[in-house]
Amino acid sequence: MTAWIATLAQIGALIRKEILALLKDPSSRVVLFAPALIQALLFGYGATFDLTNVPYAVLDQSRGQAASQLVARLDGTGVFHRAATLSSSTQIAQVIDSNEALVVLAIPADFDRRLNAGQRAPLQVILDGRNSSTAALAASYVGSIVASYNASIGAGGRGITIERRAWFNPNLESRWNIMPALIGALSMLQTLLISALSVAREREQGTFDQLLVTPLTPMQILIGKAIPAILIGLLQSTIIFLVIRFWFQIPMSGSIALLYLGLLTFTIASVGLGLSISALSLTMQQAMLYTFLLIMPLMLLSGLITSVKNMPEILQVVTYANPLRFGTSIVRRVYLEGAGLADVALDFVPLLVTGAITLPLAAWLFRHRLS
Amino acid sequence: MTAREPASHASASERTASSYASGFYRRFLALLRKEVRQVLRDKSNLAVGLLLPVALILLFGYGLSFDVKHAPIAVVMEDQSPTAREAVDGLRGSDYLAPVFVSDMSEAQRMMRSGSVDGILRVPMDFSRRLNHGDARVQLILNGVDSSSASTIEGYVNGAIGIWAQQQVDRGGNKPLATGSVEVVQRMWFNEAAESRWYLVPGLIVLVLTLVGAFLTSLLIAREWERGTLESLFVTPVRPLEIVLSKIAPYLVIGAIDLLMCLLASHFLFHVPVRGSLVIIVMVSMLYLVVSLLLGLFISAVVRNQFQASQVALLASFMPALMLSGFVFDLRNTPVFIQIVSQVLPATHFMALIKTLFLAGNHWPTIMWSVGILTLYAVVLTVVTRAQLRKTLE
Repeated sequence: MTAWIATLAQIGALIRKEILALLKDPSSRVVLFAPALIQALLFGYGATFDLTNVPYAVLDQSRGQAASQLVARLDGTGVFHRAATLSSSTQIAQVIDSNEALVVLAIPADFDRRLNAGQRAPLQVILDGRNSSTAALAASYVGSIVASYNASIGAGGRGITIERRAWFNPNLESRWNIMPALIGALSMLQTLLISALSVAREREQGTFDQLLVTPLTPMQILIGKAIPAILIGLLQSTIIFLVIRFWFQIPMSGSIALLYLGLLTFTIASVGLGLSISALSLTMQQAMLYTFLLIMPLMLLSGLITSVKNMPEILQVVTYANPLRFGTSIVRRVYLEGAGLADVALDFVPLLVTGAITLPLAAWLFRHRLS
Repeated sequence: MTAREPASHASASERTASSYASGFYRRFLALLRKEVRQVLRDKSNLAVGLLLPVALILLFGYGLSFDVKHAPIAVVMEDQSPTAREAVDGLRGSDYLAPVFVSDMSEAQRMMRSGSVDGILRVPMDFSRRLNHGDARVQLILNGVDSSSASTIEGYVNGAIGIWAQQQVDRGGNKPLATGSVEVVQRMWFNEAAESRWYLVPGLIVLVLTLVGAFLTSLLIAREWERGTLESLFVTPVRPLEIVLSKIAPYLVIGAIDLLMCLLASHFLFHVPVRGSLVIIVMVSMLYLVVSLLLGLFISAVVRNQFQASQVALLASFMPALMLSGFVFDLRNTPVFIQIVSQVLPATHFMALIKTLFLAGNHWPTIMWSVGILTLYAVVLTVVTRAQLRKTLE
């Protein structure tokens, strides 16, 4: 019993020392928390796929009623804004090339005549494909406006209405998808770095050898190094979570306890990765570079920006080794879908496996990578 | 600066411009040899400088895609009539959707909850009866968590059912309609097949050059400040300018190699068209590389601490280049203050230019504008970095 208490006291002392080392310098204190806050706010506004502003130009050669009604519907959306009114088709290239318009509507001279004659009237929609995702969204928007116009003039098929409903995100706002994923991504960036630097810093400064000759076992050193990094990771996650919940007011459907259980498991796996990098690196510089080498692919393959389902099969298999993929999945599903433990239990498995491999590996490397 | 002064006074008259230059080259080459050796010795910075770009090229080219393909959709046919079956038949033919027919709504909902389908299309019992009156309804339920895929799927489903409805009209043809219908003829310029890879791969050049220029440089030079090795160089007869040039020269070369790899990959692996001039692409990319190198140098000179340099470089250069430069997220959709922030970033201007040069061609107003801004950045950063270096030496 007393041996246990002594062990705990030893680990506690090490944790205290680590936390003091992290917080002693005011500029490092700022660096620990300000980036998460700033990035959560900036990316919350900046990282969006939703169309809010589509500048368009019109080349109306028919000058008829139908054309102006159709264009008025476009203006009525609040998303399309008239950037230019063209008088000849040679101007189309100009407004598109200069980024003045994303969409050009070219209405041919016989537009009204064909409509009144009961024929099909082609409406040419020219899009700037330099960002093809935005262009495709704008195109489908125009398509739905034209469909509703057709319906209003009594044309367009035998009237099938498609009623769309979206679960978990009723207005299909991309911010709802991206922001919860940022909780994992932004906090991982720093927990990895902090844990990767923790041992490498002591190695570079020569104090790690001193630590190894203390009565602490490698496992105790590991716990002492891991807990401060985990605490900082969770604190950063909390900052981002609060920004999402209260600044952006994205409603949370699931349980906070489950969310934090997921974040804790995810952070432990990240810290395990970070400490393994740290134990492998001889200098702080190496630790930072290896961390960065790892984090870029981890972020890209996490489903943060593009869905994992759209990736080739082989890469989908590779992502099983990526804690961020499962951390993101747990956070998104608990936060947005209100998933319960049973729904996300499978996502915990790869995280636990990563932690169970990397943490003992790091402890083993402490002693066996001395050169 | 002062250390050199007496020597130049003594022989100022005999010195010609060429001997100045040869002295510069001699010292510079000696320093350069040292720096190159230092870069080659540590494999970790080469890994980030050369290996990470290769990994990014492959990931962006093959791995990441916004193009939804074979999205699983549960189809619940409550109306078993041939008309109803025909109506949803269009879903099957495409590459984009993979309909799974299920027997009832509760099963479909269960599949959606477990994530095995991305949406549910429900054709209600009274579909064909109401179709005769012209007010049939189908219900499409989407999983909104992945909102952009959901919007794309909605577009595909609307398209498939719309085409069928239109065909019904054309086939029916017996009673003439009072009015015709507007038909959208869509043309996507610069990227006819709307492949996201075509704009991701040129954008990758921006990311890679930011990575090498700002992130790697600031990290490595901050380390020298931290350890005092840079200051010990400053007390030698070598001029600060020569030291700085020799420090950034290896990264200029690494950046150039990365640029070459990106260009080769975009042409031979991903078949992204280059519609503008290749010479201009290379020149503006090198200009941007110089701007990022200067930015990295400036950051390192200000913070002089590896950990903080890496954080500041990430926050001020790399993450914004990824998230706020118009790389994947179109800036037109962001609030005004984000647009202002993004306009301050050199990456945004280079991003717009490189996409235009690859996909649209030489559009001179865009080229002049972006090159002007990047040059301005280069000048301003040179001035502030010099001032910062001088301050540190005093």
